[in-house]
Amino acid sequence: MRVKVISRSIDEFTRERSNDLQRVFHNYDPSLRSQEKAVEYVRALNAAKTEKIFARPFIRAMDGHIDGISSMARNPNHLKGIFSGSMDGDIRLWDIASGRTVCQFPGHQGAVRGLTASTDGRILVSCGTDCSIRLWNVPLATSVGSVDSTESSAQPVSVYVWKNAFWAADHQWEGELFATAGAQVDIWNHNRSQPINSFEWGTDTAISVRFNPGEPNLLATSANDRSITLYDLRMASPVRKIIMMTKTNSIAWNPMEPLNFTAANEDGNCYSYDSRKLNEAKCVHRDHVSAVMDIDYSPTGREFVTGSYDRTVRIFQYNGGHSREIYYTKRMQRVFCVKFSCDASYVISGSDDTNLRLWKAKASEQLGVLLPRERKKHEYNEAIKNRYKHLPEVKRIVRHRHLPKPIFKAANLMRTIVDAQKRKAERRKAHSAPGSISTQPLRRRRIIKQVE
Amino acid sequence: MCFPLAAPNTFPGQHSHTHSAPPNGSHLRPVTGHWFRFSSGDLLSFLGFLEACKMGDKQENDTLVKVKPSSEQDISDELDQRIKKYLRGEGANLENLQDRKLKGQLAVREDLYGKSAKAAAKAEKWLMPSEAGYLEADGIEKTWRIKQTDLVRAVDISSSRNQYDIVLPELGPYILDFTLSGRYMVIGGRKGHLGIVDMMKLSLIKEFQVRETVRDVVFLHNELFFAAAQKKYPYIYNRDGTELHCLKEHGAVLRLQFLKNHFLLASINKFGQLHYQDVTTGVMAGNFRTGMGRTNVMQVNPFNGVVALGHSSGTVTMWKPTSSAPLIKMLCHHGPVSALAFHSNGHLMATAGKDKKIKLWDLRKFEVLQTVPGHANTLDFSQKGLLACGTGSFIQVLNDSSGTLNYSRYMNHSMAKGYQVGKLLFRPYEDVLGIGHSMGWSSILIPGSGEPNFDSWVANPFETSKQRREKEVHSLLDKLPPETIMLDPSKIGTLKPTKNEQRSKQEREAEMEEAIEAAKGIKLKKKTKGRNKASKRMQKKQEMIEKVRRPYLEQKTKEEEQFSRKKQKVSEEIELPKSLQRFASKKGAS
Repeated sequence: MRVKVISRSIDEFTRERSNDLQRVFHNYDPSLRSQEKAVEYVRALNAAKTEKIFARPFIRAMDGHIDGISSMARNPNHLKGIFSGSMDGDIRLWDIASGRTVCQFPGHQGAVRGLTASTDGRILVSCGTDCSIRLWNVPLATSVGSVDSTESSAQPVSVYVWKNAFWAADHQWEGELFATAGAQVDIWNHNRSQPINSFEWGTDTAISVRFNPGEPNLLATSANDRSITLYDLRMASPVRKIIMMTKTNSIAWNPMEPLNFTAANEDGNCYSYDSRKLNEAKCVHRDHVSAVMDIDYSPTGREFVTGSYDRTVRIFQYNGGHSREIYYTKRMQRVFCVKFSCDASYVISGSDDTNLRLWKAKASEQLGVLLPRERKKHEYNEAIKNRYKHLPEVKRIVRHRHLPKPIFKAANLMRTIVDAQKRKAERRKAHSAPGSISTQPLRRRRIIKQVE
Repeated sequence: MCFPLAAPNTFPGQHSHTHSAPPNGSHLRPVTGHWFRFSSGDLLSFLGFLEACKMGDKQENDTLVKVKPSSEQDISDELDQRIKKYLRGEGANLENLQDRKLKGQLAVREDLYGKSAKAAAKAEKWLMPSEAGYLEADGIEKTWRIKQTDLVRAVDISSSRNQYDIVLPELGPYILDFTLSGRYMVIGGRKGHLGIVDMMKLSLIKEFQVRETVRDVVFLHNELFFAAAQKKYPYIYNRDGTELHCLKEHGAVLRLQFLKNHFLLASINKFGQLHYQDVTTGVMAGNFRTGMGRTNVMQVNPFNGVVALGHSSGTVTMWKPTSSAPLIKMLCHHGPVSALAFHSNGHLMATAGKDKKIKLWDLRKFEVLQTVPGHANTLDFSQKGLLACGTGSFIQVLNDSSGTLNYSRYMNHSMAKGYQVGKLLFRPYEDVLGIGHSMGWSSILIPGSGEPNFDSWVANPFETSKQRREKEVHSLLDKLPPETIMLDPSKIGTLKPTKNEQRSKQEREAEMEEAIEAAKGIKLKKKTKGRNKASKRMQKKQEMIEKVRRPYLEQKTKEEEQFSRKKQKVSEEIELPKSLQRFASKKGAS
């Protein structure tokens, strides 16, 4: 007879001293855990619910301006810094962490429409409706820390006055050129008082301009004549243009896929284009109920933030048809500019109510240093939610967002209108000769023509 | 993977079977003996050792051993066997998928599942601290002739303490229940003696006398609380013997069961009423009249939380708290059902009837797998799948030595004459069988019955009070709603088949025709004289065809019935004048 029975000595399975760690044993045998799937489902449900409970995206409002915010620029050299310009010509550098103004740049007479910083973060370019461009030296990051209690004001390095009002400005990536948009698109050098180059295609005013992050000589602009135009600085004339049904207010290039850009349109949609194929949008991002005023990509290139005239800020996936998140407060008015922070974890919005607002990019993210166990738990919850996201109950909880009443009503109205149009088109098609009516997808429908 | 199922090192839990193993099992036996000593050692030295063992063996019994594959091959085969357990079924079939993007995503996910299963299998192979028990007979010795007294002499001193008899003749018969970790036991004497025992330290934590009949005791989610079914009502007590609740709604309860994932206390009372009560909120989750008379045979299927009741008519019914009709009603015995037990994998049920039969049922097909003759007042499956049957003063333990669900006797134990075994319960994570009988309670050793390795997050016998508190909170967070109790719990998270996927009428008819043709083609065995007449053969054939056709016809009539019912409903609604239609109750119409 050979025999063995399970025998565990207490010493082997418990800790020796009270300040030792408790010993933990694993047995992954599925038969020890009954109803695994049900347990996982309940956990997913709880994770979805707790995510909702902890969704507190609004961090703070930064007030100081005395008129609506018209433009913003990131300080690429300093994570905590952001520039903002207002309708009354005031420019401020903010410390996001404390929510205070670090430095003011007075001088502009009218609204500051364009604000951009050079890639090295030393020079700030501002332009506005007073037909002037001002270059400023940005206070260094080290001194920013020391002067955060007292506001200082700076003097411009140089002031260039030009013939027309400016609507936008953007600095070249890794270069010393910057572009302004106005009656025409001008390319400037830091050291010249006159543009080194200027482009014009049509008679209308250009209202936004963005340099391509991958190819420093490529830039995209949009104009009041509802066009989006691509320029190449190495060529004498513009490259390509499309005309849409409504005006594009702002453009942002995807920093990770620099051949794609997204245009924030007046009709409340955003259109993602491949710059090589402008006859069709890659994706239409719908949800805003009023004109989208500004757009900015996250440095990760996976999502972008939009600010709209309907007083909300939304965050979209780069390939998602609908928004992932909506942010609003009772006091926030028309949003004119939005920016992602350089670490992709915050969103800053500037609105008509003279405040800048700081939001978390992920509404329920835990801030501060995470313990490894906490991080693991968050990862587990995320994975499990992702696994069961298609089940109706989980989906309902994850998708639900409370909307302000006017937006809810407007969204309903828009849906009704779109449905009615769709119905009408279907009926018209059904009652016409087969093949006589061709329906265009929304990706193509809003484009009037493409000009080479 | 043509590894013989009987090879000992594939299933460390089932060692006892080597006495009936094929000849090539013999050279593997010494290897397994060493295997466990090396399980936590490093791989290389172990591999070398394995090789050495084999070489040695080869020389010893040269005649028996044929050419063997290399040890690497062995190890990878064995790993494959282990991985199968962790894969939890077949992977998704991506062949017919049209969407290439989805296909890619799913392929990545399947790959991840495979990797995690492999990691788990490797962890099981190398990191498990304990090895399973076994009992092997030498020569003509038989395992069922081995007495407990012999076993006690052969095992280590701490294990031998697990074999004892507590004789308490005045207050019996006794019932018992273990906590999930097997650390604590609650005992209930028929005459009102309740107590909690720490099985590791073998010390009595609390005992008290309720001076009332006690019919059943059951632990709730941890050792702090237990419920006792007393003369008129069940009560909940805490560890200190303080009465916390009197559950009057349950009435005079005969059997209690606790569903640990759902925090439900299930009870069957004298009048055949089944109650489910949520012990966290106190809400009655279900209250059903079984309508099958009084019974005290009740068991929860740990795999899916379904409660099974055995009735005096020989039927077994299965219940869930969200439906008033039983999920399953199966005739198991010709005569009252006397005991029920479920295997922890949920696919095997054992029933015992007064018709002197113990039957093993496959719960996936609801078919008998095996019928063993014998009475049993009580049945229990161990974690490793041993089946204990108790009747009178005799206890028999069956095991599935071949791995083919063919249970045969493994161990026997006779109590002293006149003891009546009332309750058998394997102690989780130990090779111990607890026995509650008319003269007290006993504990015997059954090697190979318990799971050797516990998981600290599931059930920890060495749990500290802090860990217990934490676990309580976690298990409350993971508490399952009663709706998750269903026959096949893996259905959760899957899709309902759409109407297009359901087969059309023609397809079903074609299938039926095919099945009938197949039945016609079966050749009948030659029977003895008189039973082999042409007419008898014809009759037999006809019967077989009918048997094949019946499920299809039943399905058809069922559908027709549903259809006509729906039609009737509509027509009744039409009959009412429009002004009165709003008063027609929806229930009344159906």
